[in-house]
Amino acid sequence: MAIEIQPEKVQGPGGGEPGAARPARPWWLRPAVHTALAGAVIGYIVGHWLGNFLGSNYQQLPLSDSSDFPIVLGYLLAVVGWLAGLGVLNDPLRQMAGRPIPIEEEDAAAASGLARYFRYSLDHKVVGIQYLVGMIIYFCTAGLFAMAIRTELLSPVHHIFSSSTYVELVGEHGTMMMMLMTSVIVGPFGNFLVPLMIGSKRVAFPRIEALSFWLTPAAFLILFSGLMLGGFPFGWTGYAPLSIQAGPGADSYAIAFGLMGISIILAGFNIIVTVICYRAPGMRWSRLPIFVWSMLATSVLMVLAAPVLVGGMYMIITDRTVQTAFFADQLGGSSYLYQNLFWFFGHPEVYILALPGFGIVSEIIPVFCRKPLFGYKTAAAGMIGVTVLSFFVWQHHLFDSGINPDMRPLFMLTTELISIPTGFIYLVAMGTFWKAKIRFTVPMLFALGMYFNFLIGGISGVFLSDVPADTTEHGSFFVMAHFHYTIMGGLIFAFMAGIYYWLPKMMGIKLNQTLGKLHFWTMFIFFNSTFLPLFAVGMAGQPRRAFEYASNLQTVNDWVSISSFCLGGSILIFVINFVWSTVIVREREVGNPWQSRGLEWQVPSPPPPGNFERVPVVLSGPYEYGTPGAPPVADLHPPAGVVSAAYAGNQTAGAEA
Amino acid sequence: MSAVTPAATTPAAPADAGPGHGLRVFLIWLPLAVIADLVIWFVWGPHLPPGAMSSSAANQQSDIKIMAVLAAPVMLFVITYFSYALIVWRQREGDTEDGPPLHGNTRVQASWITVTSAIVLSLFIFGTVELVSSNGAGAGEGPSPIWKPGGSPLQVQVIAQQWKFTYRYPQFGGFETTQLVLPEGQWVAFHVTSLDVIHSFWAYQLGVKADANPGVDNVAYTKPEHNGEFVVRCSELCGLWHGAMFDYGRVVSLPAFRSWAAATRVQLAAVTKVLPPYATTYDPTVVPQINKALAKAGIGGANGYYYPPQDPVQP
Repeated sequence: MAIEIQPEKVQGPGGGEPGAARPARPWWLRPAVHTALAGAVIGYIVGHWLGNFLGSNYQQLPLSDSSDFPIVLGYLLAVVGWLAGLGVLNDPLRQMAGRPIPIEEEDAAAASGLARYFRYSLDHKVVGIQYLVGMIIYFCTAGLFAMAIRTELLSPVHHIFSSSTYVELVGEHGTMMMMLMTSVIVGPFGNFLVPLMIGSKRVAFPRIEALSFWLTPAAFLILFSGLMLGGFPFGWTGYAPLSIQAGPGADSYAIAFGLMGISIILAGFNIIVTVICYRAPGMRWSRLPIFVWSMLATSVLMVLAAPVLVGGMYMIITDRTVQTAFFADQLGGSSYLYQNLFWFFGHPEVYILALPGFGIVSEIIPVFCRKPLFGYKTAAAGMIGVTVLSFFVWQHHLFDSGINPDMRPLFMLTTELISIPTGFIYLVAMGTFWKAKIRFTVPMLFALGMYFNFLIGGISGVFLSDVPADTTEHGSFFVMAHFHYTIMGGLIFAFMAGIYYWLPKMMGIKLNQTLGKLHFWTMFIFFNSTFLPLFAVGMAGQPRRAFEYASNLQTVNDWVSISSFCLGGSILIFVINFVWSTVIVREREVGNPWQSRGLEWQVPSPPPPGNFERVPVVLSGPYEYGTPGAPPVADLHPPAGVVSAAYAGNQTAGAEA
Repeated sequence: MSAVTPAATTPAAPADAGPGHGLRVFLIWLPLAVIADLVIWFVWGPHLPPGAMSSSAANQQSDIKIMAVLAAPVMLFVITYFSYALIVWRQREGDTEDGPPLHGNTRVQASWITVTSAIVLSLFIFGTVELVSSNGAGAGEGPSPIWKPGGSPLQVQVIAQQWKFTYRYPQFGGFETTQLVLPEGQWVAFHVTSLDVIHSFWAYQLGVKADANPGVDNVAYTKPEHNGEFVVRCSELCGLWHGAMFDYGRVVSLPAFRSWAAATRVQLAAVTKVLPPYATTYDPTVVPQINKALAKAGIGGANGYYYPPQDPVQP
């Protein structure tokens, strides 16, 4: 039976057939953020009413006119209203009804203006910028909560905030950082750069990608709104009997975290398929930039780990609303179940927060060492090794919990094993620095800062993996310092390196390098002076999330608090630099300012619509610095027919095999 | 000496490609590592937390000390290497050439993997031996511990609830008190449980940490070695007043403990009668009963509640 092969048709970005042009409408009628907000408000009101209508006989919350049920339904319908208001559902519904999808009107505002950043855009470059700005806003908001926590800890006994406000701050800071920063690199740089780096004109699933972004503001706003409901008193972990017992703020936690879980599943799914299926001819697995490897590994973690989180959050919601008993001991449930579910997601999650950082620094150092990446295969293998092992370590968070005590040696082993592939990242860096020609640019400084901080974070993690040592360190400020060194010192430093390195590519604008150096040095010094003493504080017996501590620890706590305010000031320098350079000065940078061989730097900045005029043919790896006679990284204008001939050749070869 | 080997092999291997950079890094690193290790072992080590008040605390202290002795050379090696690289291999003014195209070195990579694997495996064996030999290292071992001391240790039940710990002594008639008193030189078995949410019993100076889960009997062992006071903190976020959930216990000599236990048993006899019989776990509905009992004994709060059910005022 012959397979019918149809000639390729023009496709819209969503994959449907093009229909008639969308009628031009005034801007305020076009779906964008304002219609989304209106949809969310309407959705919340409808959902709340529906919840009260359906659950009128449910037990009412104290000091409230409703139960959790209407609040949860309100949030869920608010999300639907938010997405409907954005126009997310228009085209899929049309497609389901079998009607043609209208093509975007070609007016200037939609194609190039600022307005497209406030809309449901299917262009991966617009989504990347949306993610970038969103992530900076989320990071700064959550950072302000951290400074409020440190304000309270200025004194061991005198309270600036009430104990309820303090636990709210702790919960909001931790949850906002941990749930939203999962996408801090995959979102902006993964979405924007992966197609450019693999020589693709587009991502595999533009709608899914855009949806993954537009769920993040919804999750952010819902989590934030928890403050109006009294916050939640259980940090970012939401351990079960407490999260079932807590007030209505806990609903905002569960819905927001669940939504963010869905967002990262979608984002990861899109990147996996894009990397596998949309590589340009010649972009072999052995030529894939190491940053793309890290995005692929992170995306696999996202797709496999986040569903467990979504399940856990779903169980919290049903336990709270319709009185299921997944986590109630007296009714056959178990609080251990939640701990297992949470950390089965939670530990891969911390590698979702580490791998992108490894990817960025490994991508940047060859450029500024002017040398090939040392041990490219080792670097990729390290990332794959971390990805696989990270699913087998989660119970090291539960060493003292009494769960599976005889399994502790096994989890100690897997946890310590994961330091081997993590060590590869250092081997690769040290090999790359060997006899290099090091250029001290701002991105390079941040990459170096990342290696320094992550070294401390990683080594302190080995202390935590040892069960006897962990008995003292678990639940103390030692753990807190450890993961701030890996996440803030690792991921966020790498994020900053990425911004300084790729912003000329993404916006065609170079950030001020003097302010950038000031930003780096202040951030590096104050980061270390904030978190290094916290190892000692934790070892001296100060538990996390507690607002009262031993009075002999006040001096060091005050030092830490003042350093953290200075660290906040350093982030402010960054924000000023970002706004100053991108809004006020707008110094153009169109070429290849770092003389990088990366494929993304071979097109103009910012990249034109469609990225490449023709699908490029990749000729050599991205790190061939100093190699005499190395071919250019890609042929951007292959003669017509070369690409299709290559594909035809592949097909024949496949058929013969 | 396993920590010294990685550094010794890694920089030396690529040295054939240059004028002794590897040897120089090694020679800078070696004295630094030796000094750091000596300082950690002899100066810092005896003062490392959590001290040596009990067998498990001493065990944790030695674990932390040994791991610090291993970690310091590794950290110093990476930092020395990077510092050397940043100073020696800077791109000079006016130099626009690229570096040498080194894509990898099988010998370096293989020896790195071998050495890191060897360190990790020896750490695992060391940690497991320490865990088993110290009868669980003071960590919570669940309801049926497999690593436990011989003989019959003193049973102390820790009952956590928002936001207090109370202690029951089943071998002394099962009285329940807010005071934690332990005898010196005797193995103690803590049976940690909770009446509401997850807490964690952390006796810092004793090196004991065990989560208090509702409906679970989580056992941890330690042997107090010195008299004195220790602090008990909740180390699992348990709600509003988690930050204020702490108290103090004390280790006394065996005769002093016996007389304290006998006296308290008599003093609290009326309360003990009202309390639910000793069990490894309790149904949370016993909380009102306990409150009633404690109120009867005159140690209740203002309105008859020892643990106010909600909206507590500042303790």
